[in-house]
Amino acid sequence: MKKVTFYVIEGKSFAFYGGIIVSVFFILLGLFAAYNMEHHGHIITGMNNQIVWGIPHVFAIFLILAASGVLNVASISSVFRKIFYNPLARLSALLAITLLIGGLSVLVLDLGRPDRLVVAMTSYNFKSIFAWNIILYNGFLLICVVYLWFMMQRSMQRYYPTAGLIAFTWRLILTTGTGSIFGFLVAKEAYQTAIMAPLFIALSLSLGLAIFLLVLLIDYWETHCSLGDGILTRPKKLLGVFIVGVFYFVLVYHLTHLYFTGRHGIEYFVLAGGGVYTVLFWAGYVFLGTILPLLLLYHDRFTNNRISIAVAALLTIVGGISLLYVIIIGGQAYPIDIFPGKEIIDYGAMHSSTMYSYTPSIWEIMLGVSGIAIASFLTVVAVRILPFIPRSLSDTDLDETFKH
Amino acid sequence: MNVSTQNRRDFLKKSAAITVAPGVLLYSVSPKAHHAEKPVTSETRWGMLIDTNKCVDNCTACLDACVEEHGLTEDVPVEIKPVWIRKVTVRDKQTGRETFLPLMCQHCENPPCVDVCPTGASFKRADGIVLVDRHTCIGCRYCMMACPYKARSFVHEALENQKPHSPRGKGTVESCNFCVYRIDHGMGPACIEACEAEGHEAMIYGDMNDPESEISKKLKEMSSSVLRPDLKLNPGIRYQGL
Repeated sequence: MKKVTFYVIEGKSFAFYGGIIVSVFFILLGLFAAYNMEHHGHIITGMNNQIVWGIPHVFAIFLILAASGVLNVASISSVFRKIFYNPLARLSALLAITLLIGGLSVLVLDLGRPDRLVVAMTSYNFKSIFAWNIILYNGFLLICVVYLWFMMQRSMQRYYPTAGLIAFTWRLILTTGTGSIFGFLVAKEAYQTAIMAPLFIALSLSLGLAIFLLVLLIDYWETHCSLGDGILTRPKKLLGVFIVGVFYFVLVYHLTHLYFTGRHGIEYFVLAGGGVYTVLFWAGYVFLGTILPLLLLYHDRFTNNRISIAVAALLTIVGGISLLYVIIIGGQAYPIDIFPGKEIIDYGAMHSSTMYSYTPSIWEIMLGVSGIAIASFLTVVAVRILPFIPRSLSDTDLDETFKH
Repeated sequence: MNVSTQNRRDFLKKSAAITVAPGVLLYSVSPKAHHAEKPVTSETRWGMLIDTNKCVDNCTACLDACVEEHGLTEDVPVEIKPVWIRKVTVRDKQTGRETFLPLMCQHCENPPCVDVCPTGASFKRADGIVLVDRHTCIGCRYCMMACPYKARSFVHEALENQKPHSPRGKGTVESCNFCVYRIDHGMGPACIEACEAEGHEAMIYGDMNDPESEISKKLKEMSSSVLRPDLKLNPGIRYQGL
C-alpha cells in the first residue's frame, strides 16, 4: 500500500484554542460539581434510594461503550486486515483511551467515597462483575497504549497485528463485562438477562463509529485536509449495519420480555406507560436514533452528503444515550416485585409509594458532561503532541484496494 | 527446694488466683461477656420469625426502636431517608386479604449484595448476619441495585449525633445489621424488644441451627415462608401468615 504520513497539528488555530478553552471550562464545572457532591453528599443530586444510578452513569457508560467501540476502526485494519483503514488506526486507538478516561472519571467522581479509589484498586471481590470491570478497564488502557506504541514505532510494527488481536479480544470481554453489570442483576425485571452483553457490544460499535466519523469530519472541516468520499463510504455503510444490529438486540430483548407473562409490567412501563422513559424510547431511540440515521445513511437523496453523515452520527449518539437512559434509569424506576401475587398498598409510614421519580440535578449534568470534556481535551492535546492525524485521506493517496 | 523458692511459688499461685478468679467469675455469670468473647462461627445461623397475624396496623414500635437505636434521625426527604426497617401493607391480588409486616434486610444465606460488591465491603458474617464494612465501602451503590428486597439505603448527607455502637458514614451504604453489637452482647435486636414491649410479640429471633431454640421449634411446627423464594437466596427472615 502507499505510505501514509501523519502529522502533529499546529495548534495555532482559533478552533484549537476554542476547543481547549471550552473543554477546560466544562472540566472545571465537572470538578466543581464533584466537590459539591463530595462536600454536601448526594443530597444535592436527583438520585435517591430507589434510583441509585443517575445521569452521571448514563454519561459514564456511554463513554465507556464508545471507547471500546471506537477501537473497532483500528481492529478492522489490524485484525481483519482491511488495510485501507490503516491511516485511521492511530486516531481510533487514541480516542479509545481518551473516551475511556473520560467515562471512568465520571464514574469515580460519582462514587459516594471517591477518595477511596485506592480501596477499589487494591481490594477485590472476584465474584463481583464490577471488580472484574475495574481490571478490564485498566487493562484496556494499558493494551491500547501498547497497541499505539507498536503502531507508531517502526521497529515494533511486526508485533502490531498481535497487539491488535489482543486489544480486539479484550474490548469484546470488556463490553461483555459492562453489559453484565446489568445482566447479572437478579433483583430487577428490566435486567437479569444475558442479552445485555451482546446488546452493549452492538451499542458500543455504533456509538464508537459514530463518534469516530464525527471526529474525522470535524478534523476535515477544521484543518481542510483532503478527505476522499471513498474513506467515508465504508464506515458510513458500516454505521448503518451497526445501528440495525443494535435494533435487532433491542427487538429480541423486548420480544422475550413480552413473551414472559411475568414481565409484561416492565414492558408496559417502557413501551407505553412510563412517561419520560416511553418518550425517550420511541422518540429518542427508535425515531431519532434509529430510523432517521438509517434514512440519512441509505436514502439516495442524502447518501453522498457529508452533512447528512455528520447528522446521522450525531443522531446515533442521541439515540444511544436515550436507550441507555431508558435501560439504566427506567430499569430502576420500575418497582421491584418483592411480593409476587400481591400489591403493595402502603410502603410504610416513611414511604408513600414504591415508585420514585428522578429528575437529574444540574450538578449531575455538569459532572456527566465533564466526561465528554475530559475526552475532548485529552484528544486535542494528544494530536498537538504526537502524530495521530494522517496528512491526507484523499482517495488518490490511499491504497488501491480501498477504492473498490 | 529451699524455703524461699517455695514461698515465692505460693505467692505467685495465690496472686494468680486472686487476679484471675474474679475474671472467671464475671465471665461465667455475665451473658454479655460470654457472647462477646465467643468467636463467631457458622455453627450459629441467626434468624427472625415474623408472625404477620400478630403485626397490627398503626403500630410503628419496631420502626421507632430502630430509628432510636441506630440514630437514623436525619430530617431529609423520604426518597433519600435511610430506612433500615419499614412497615409494609400488602393486599393479595386474588383474595383481597391485607397483611401488615415489617420489611428489612433479609440476611440471605446467598446475598446478592455480597456477590456484587466490588471491594468486599458487603459481607456475610459466619453466623449469617449481612453487614457493610464502612471502611471499605466506596459508595458505588451496586449492592442497592442488586438487593431484591430494597433493603439498603445510601447516606446522602452529612451525619450528626451518631451512636457510637452503630457507626455510619456519608457516602456509604447501610442496612439492618441485626443489631449485631446487641447480639454479640447477649441481647436481642431492638425491633424485637420493642414489639415485645408493646405486647404484640409478632417477632422472635434465635439460632436457626440450634434445634432446641424457640425459633427452630416454631419453624418446625408451623408453616412459614420467605420473600422471593424463587431466587433461592435462603433468607434468615421468615414470615408466618403471608
